[in-house]
Amino acid sequence: MIKNSKELTALRDHARQSMEIRLDRLVDPSPEKHKIDILVCGVAGCASSGSLKVADAIEEQIKANGLGEEVKVIKTGCFGLCAEGPIMMVCPEHVMYTKVTPEDVEEIFEEHIKGGKIVKRLLAGENEYEEIKDRLPQIPFFSMQKRIALNNCGIIDPENIEEYIALDGYQALAKVLNEYEPDDVIDEIKKSGLRGRGGGGFPTGRKWESSAVVQDHEKYVICNADEGDPGAFMDRSILEGDPHSVIEAMIINGYAVGSHQGYIYVRAEYPVAVQRLNVAIKQAKEYGLMVKNILGKIFDFDLEVRLGAGAFVCGEGSALMTSIEGKRGEPRPKPPRSAEKGLWKKPTVLNNVETYANVPQIIRNGADWFKGIGTEGSKGTKVFALGGKINNIGLVEVPMGTTLREIIYDIGGGIPGGKAFKAAQTGGPSGGCLPADCLDTPIDYDSLTKLGSMMGSGGLIVMDEDTCMVDLARFFLDFTVDESCGKCPPCRIGTKRMHEILVRITEGKGEPEDLERLEVLAKNIKASALCGLGQSAPNPVLSTMKYFRDEYMAHVVDKKCPAGVCKSMVKFIIDTDVCRNCGICKKNCPTGAISGDKNTPFVIDQDKCVKCGVCMEKCPFKSIYKNA
Amino acid sequence: MNKVNITIDGIKLYVPEDYTILEAAKEVSINIPTLCFLKDVNEIGCCRMCLVEVKGSSALQAACVHPVKEGMEVFTHTPKVMEARKVNLELILSNHNASCQTCTRSWMDCELQALANKLSVDMVRFEGESKKLPLDVGVSIVRDPNKCILCRRCVSACKNIQTVGVIDMVNRGFNTQVGSPFGMPLSETPCVNCGQCINYCPVGALHEKDDIDKVWEAIYDPTKHVVVQTAPAVRVALGEDFGMPIGTPVTGKMVTALRMLGVDKVFDTDTGADLTIMEEVAELIDRVRGGGKLPLITSCSPGWIKFCEHNFPNMLDHLSSCKSPQQMFGSVLKSYYAEKNGLDPKDVVVVSIMPCTAKKFEAARPEMEVNGIRDVDVVLTTRELGKMIYDIGIDFPDLGDSTFDNPFGNATGAGVIFGATGGVMEAALRTAADLLTGISADNIEYEPVRGLEGVKAATVQAGDLTLRAAVAHGLGNARKLMEKIESGEEEFHFVEIMACSGGCVNGGGQPLQLSNVRSWTDVRAERAKGLYTEDRGTFIRKSHNNPAVKKLYKEYLGMAGGSRAHQLLHTHYEARGNYEDK
Repeated sequence: MIKNSKELTALRDHARQSMEIRLDRLVDPSPEKHKIDILVCGVAGCASSGSLKVADAIEEQIKANGLGEEVKVIKTGCFGLCAEGPIMMVCPEHVMYTKVTPEDVEEIFEEHIKGGKIVKRLLAGENEYEEIKDRLPQIPFFSMQKRIALNNCGIIDPENIEEYIALDGYQALAKVLNEYEPDDVIDEIKKSGLRGRGGGGFPTGRKWESSAVVQDHEKYVICNADEGDPGAFMDRSILEGDPHSVIEAMIINGYAVGSHQGYIYVRAEYPVAVQRLNVAIKQAKEYGLMVKNILGKIFDFDLEVRLGAGAFVCGEGSALMTSIEGKRGEPRPKPPRSAEKGLWKKPTVLNNVETYANVPQIIRNGADWFKGIGTEGSKGTKVFALGGKINNIGLVEVPMGTTLREIIYDIGGGIPGGKAFKAAQTGGPSGGCLPADCLDTPIDYDSLTKLGSMMGSGGLIVMDEDTCMVDLARFFLDFTVDESCGKCPPCRIGTKRMHEILVRITEGKGEPEDLERLEVLAKNIKASALCGLGQSAPNPVLSTMKYFRDEYMAHVVDKKCPAGVCKSMVKFIIDTDVCRNCGICKKNCPTGAISGDKNTPFVIDQDKCVKCGVCMEKCPFKSIYKNA
Repeated sequence: MNKVNITIDGIKLYVPEDYTILEAAKEVSINIPTLCFLKDVNEIGCCRMCLVEVKGSSALQAACVHPVKEGMEVFTHTPKVMEARKVNLELILSNHNASCQTCTRSWMDCELQALANKLSVDMVRFEGESKKLPLDVGVSIVRDPNKCILCRRCVSACKNIQTVGVIDMVNRGFNTQVGSPFGMPLSETPCVNCGQCINYCPVGALHEKDDIDKVWEAIYDPTKHVVVQTAPAVRVALGEDFGMPIGTPVTGKMVTALRMLGVDKVFDTDTGADLTIMEEVAELIDRVRGGGKLPLITSCSPGWIKFCEHNFPNMLDHLSSCKSPQQMFGSVLKSYYAEKNGLDPKDVVVVSIMPCTAKKFEAARPEMEVNGIRDVDVVLTTRELGKMIYDIGIDFPDLGDSTFDNPFGNATGAGVIFGATGGVMEAALRTAADLLTGISADNIEYEPVRGLEGVKAATVQAGDLTLRAAVAHGLGNARKLMEKIESGEEEFHFVEIMACSGGCVNGGGQPLQLSNVRSWTDVRAERAKGLYTEDRGTFIRKSHNNPAVKKLYKEYLGMAGGSRAHQLLHTHYEARGNYEDK
């Protein structure tokens, strides 16, 4: 039980000692002090590619080699380079190994842990470090990033509060309680220029202020951890890798606005995040950081986890609150704003996980420090989840204002197979698609909105030349139609009608009037849907129609899919001049659509063909082509 | 109330700060179209018909819920607004079973149709998949989900006003529908058949089960003697089906019209009401004097009875054992009346015209018969009667007046006011006071039990008895009152409960009033006014003075509360589960 900030600092200094080897690379560690920490990413992508088994194998090796005193394994949060997982790092050398299998572990022990020699074949890139304090190898993937929200992910054991405290955890809370009036906190956040990381980008300080000014003894602060954009997992990573940063921020938020009760609304599909949050909340209470009279000051705060059942719309503020109240998760019209009448009709502040994760560092390092990062209108960093046709699939945090090109080509490692970039989808299903000529736009809230997309929660999906943009729009509408709550007609029926039209077009049954209908519907849904989900649902269609209209025209007028994706408009054809009558295609065709033998030319029966493309893939002579 | 300055379409207004844009616009005679909106019932802004442009806001706003604010500038008919309303309505129509010609709403005003007209929708540009779901046909209520436009008014009425909550939104997105728990037919749920959902439905998705054909069949069956009884609340509402002002009393025209339909006799259920008072007051005095279960709670409202059976099964012995006026009168018609007129009760068809859908359920309850003879054969709602009159081309407003048939021609004012909340209580007090004092009181208007307060309580001196009385209407209010009684927080001798807000005048079988009328006019008050006026105009205003009733007791029933009366006029109740055994 920490009674005051002095004790907190004492605990920090003590706990930090055992973490030193993780913080700086020791060039020449003295042998008698040389202990080893092995960090294994225990979450998200790495966990699904088997990192927990790797951790088990390490434990076994520790036992087998009798190294229980010297070597410790820590299951951390995400390093970000998910495509290369499972990832582990050996400290103090800070050697990062990638795609580690349990079978590799024995070798790592023999060679590295016991022998002091690096296992080169498992290294991430060259694993080069420029300075001693570089914690991560200076390959572009890491060197071009700036980690604030993800700062502790991949270093600390998220289930051990002392490791968070060791890295200045809860110092921001102590500072606020000791030195700041609630208004000062709000001023500091306002000054920092922090904007909401969940989608809308509303200035966080102003949001806090609008709740703070409402007179009510009952107020709430809520963390929106209902991350629903397909492919986005930054909130999950923060909760799994550094849950205390969010908890600390929420207590600070409570102090700033005069609230004593917080809720974290997490989707139930994130069991690890939920478990770690619960552990973290329990520890925060045990350590006296979430009790009556926190750190000896007259302020108390409590926090509860609420599980969402997975409805996308529950990420919308008012729907989220309705869901916490135990009702069907549906949005309500605004005004009244949540700051005035939110949860249980009481003043409520709702912030996203990533937004909160920035707060303790803003308080600790000052608003000016934070303001120094980013662009004029968008300060700080943004975490992006890279997905789609990109080499380094994973999580990256970059200063606002980084260009798409830097993110995709430098950090993301470009597009697999050397294919051409076609578009990037930002902002999840409510965002838009940006074409190649937007690659050099510095990305921030305002530039993306201007381009007809949005920051959203930070999903970034890359499409290469093989993507059909009409089909892509159909795909995103598919999601929105599924996730509409059904409350208002423009979203409930309008998105359905848009989807039907897109299906028609991708099936080659579209007519020119369909494009007009799509536009009328899109414009109207945007203007008249009840909530942000509905209002942004047409964005994928609007932005693809804006930037790739010729592709729509090709589908509707010429009945052709230029990317060769829409099956009904694609024909697989065997070029008999190139064909050597080997019969491999015929053998592999799942529907028996190919006929021919040594003497008869091979042909594909278009009625039987299901356009799976296996024949083309298998043909050793490249004699089969798609006629799009 | 503070006031704010706003501008609507360039017109400057100074309105109370708690106004919505919709209310403010009404002040300057702009009727913004609405569909889901129903004042105090459903204010959720979901249908997106009342969209307006508010300066400074990129998305359109729902006028029905958007509060006014100092300096606000509103535009109600910009091209963006007009197109949005139109597209949204086309979308609704594209998923609505628009079989207008065969729809029950086709002869009444369908709000959706009116809106399509108002917004000049001349075609639906966005055709696509539309829902095809099975109908739910119950003994009282029919739900057609394919006509439902998901405005949620019915849900609000059922859940918030009635606290019955057997319908709510189920599924999501395009598959959203108004559904019942576990998809059960309503008749298997704790639905009380009050029909308030019907009253609020803007389209033909909810209506009563149609029993008109049964009546025509009986009328044209020469072996049948068709006797009609009409409930008090019907007479102040039926005219509305023919465009007459809300609450216009049309008793005489109604009797004329019924005769024109070809029924044999037209009686007044008010006689049944007077009978009920005789029996219930006897029961009350008996319980008060004899130390019986108190409070005694009225049993006239079948919606309330079923509600009590589901929700307060431990309180059933508080319910009066009296049948409702409809059933009492039916029973008397099948016994006393048939006997006196030499009719075989099997050939007598009792048709009741009720403001109520639950009466259909009540008439069908197995216990509602004597010696195998059903008390009531067919129940029609006020709307159904209106439809019959309309169908055969009677010009109702032009009809002359006729009087009810004898021997039950002259009911009392006490019977008439049964149709308004507090009416049964007032009628009972009139009789109880006289019976207990032995003096005929002159001052018989009990103001504290009148009016639209949700729960009304009064202390009344009747002879040597000081009676604590309470009146609740609307099942949400009933629930509140019952919880207080059950917990012992409040004690009463006599309690009147009506399922529908305002009492029978606002029953689920009454003529439909459109939301843009209902939102701004208290239909309940207008209709009740008609009843109280009729009461004041009647010669006899106390049930025990009804000559027909007196004669009935003398010739046939014996004493009020006696054994024959019990056989014919009393019933029993059963505790009903909720979803336990489903």
